[in-house]
Amino acid sequence: MLLISCPWCGEREETEFHYGGQAFVSYPADPESLTDEEWAQYVFFRDNPKGDFAERWVHSAGCRRWFNTVRNTVTSEFLS
Amino acid sequence: MEHPDWLWRTPEPKKSYDVVIVGAGGHGLATAYYLARNHGITNVAVLEKGWLAGGNMARNTTIIRSNYLWDESAGIYEHSLKLWEGLREDLEYDFLFSQRGVLNLAHTLQDVREGMRRVNANRLNGIDGEWLTPDEVAKVCPIVNTSPDVRYPVLGGTWQPRAGIAKHDYVAWAFARKADRYGVDLIQGCEVTGFITDGNRVTGVETNRGPIHAGRIGLAAAGHTSVLASTLGIRLPLQSHPLQALVSELLEPVHPTVVMSNHVHVYVSQAHKGELVMGAGIDSYNSYGQRGSVHVIEQQMAAALELFPVFAHAHLIRTWGGIVDVTPDASPIIGRTPVENLFVNCGWGTGGFKATPGVGWVFAHTLAHGEPHELNEPFTLERFTTGALIDEHGAAAVAH
Repeated sequence: MLLISCPWCGEREETEFHYGGQAFVSYPADPESLTDEEWAQYVFFRDNPKGDFAERWVHSAGCRRWFNTVRNTVTSEFLS
Repeated sequence: MEHPDWLWRTPEPKKSYDVVIVGAGGHGLATAYYLARNHGITNVAVLEKGWLAGGNMARNTTIIRSNYLWDESAGIYEHSLKLWEGLREDLEYDFLFSQRGVLNLAHTLQDVREGMRRVNANRLNGIDGEWLTPDEVAKVCPIVNTSPDVRYPVLGGTWQPRAGIAKHDYVAWAFARKADRYGVDLIQGCEVTGFITDGNRVTGVETNRGPIHAGRIGLAAAGHTSVLASTLGIRLPLQSHPLQALVSELLEPVHPTVVMSNHVHVYVSQAHKGELVMGAGIDSYNSYGQRGSVHVIEQQMAAALELFPVFAHAHLIRTWGGIVDVTPDASPIIGRTPVENLFVNCGWGTGGFKATPGVGWVFAHTLAHGEPHELNEPFTLERFTTGALIDEHGAAAVAH
């Protein structure tokens, strides 16, 4: 069980959260100009590093707000 | 007392091979075996960073079935099941393959509709399957609680009689032994750290035991495929997650088949030795840590207890985790990469064990010919660009 620090509520158990995957994946600025390859990258491709990973969580059973963290995907240590 | 005969040699790596396979799990070993058996290619090495079949091959719940919804999946999984049915004779090694059937339970109207549709789809593809009422479910597996007085009553289920289980370690050893006899080098403790390239072509791998050149390279590295591919700048639509499983102590035979439930989410069989073997879904977050969170185990045991009240007497002995590589459509990627002579077999997520002989067959074909077998042709990397997905996420009767 991960202990996750919500920026608003403090440390809470993982079961209060839902995972949101890679952080900073923004909607294409000019969607009509995207090629199929670029759409594929946006829709289906995400980084999958062994090491530090910037990711999103939502505190579903608490304040219900989204936030970003950096977590190590080997040790599960939260770095920010 | 004499040590029993080793099942395979422990060779030093040669400088060069026709084909190098990265990962000596079930898929890598089966691929090496069929390269030799079907294509006469024996100058092959299987490189393994740890010990042979010590990754997901040692950690899965050994379920074998082919009752997938889509035609593409039916093709490859049924090919695999047919190979399982003759594999003991082919490999001359008993790995306790037991066709005790699989029940996929339905607990909601949506489950019922999905199950009936899938049975019909299976039959159209020549795969055995039938729809069972709750009474028929109870006949197949008397310990399932089919009472209407539970939170999610059993409304019926799909039944594939030819499905079953096998002893996973023995399967790996059987493939390893035969591949070794054909002259394939199985090299343990040999970690691939990068690739040797010539323009847009791979010509070998860098390892902790020095460079090894290869005509073609096949990746069969499961959860670590992204890490390997990233050394070449290849981005794959994979996310690595922990998948946990657990066993009880050894019990008298009590559970005659394999039961899976998508809705309450657990799958259970009883191993030959007597342990109840259970698994469920992945942990939600990306991880390479080979362990997961305890609440995931708690949820799957709660589901198991609802389905099988008799399990309240059992004790949990051991839990563990493996790292599975999950694709957006829950189907694997088997075929070419943007780099010449480099091929991938990845993205099996939570369901790779059942496909071991089938994927070995088609990946060997792909490596031998430089192009896919007809059964893995739909499972390209390009499908995520063209949109020709093989979406088994909700369709495949539970997270495999």
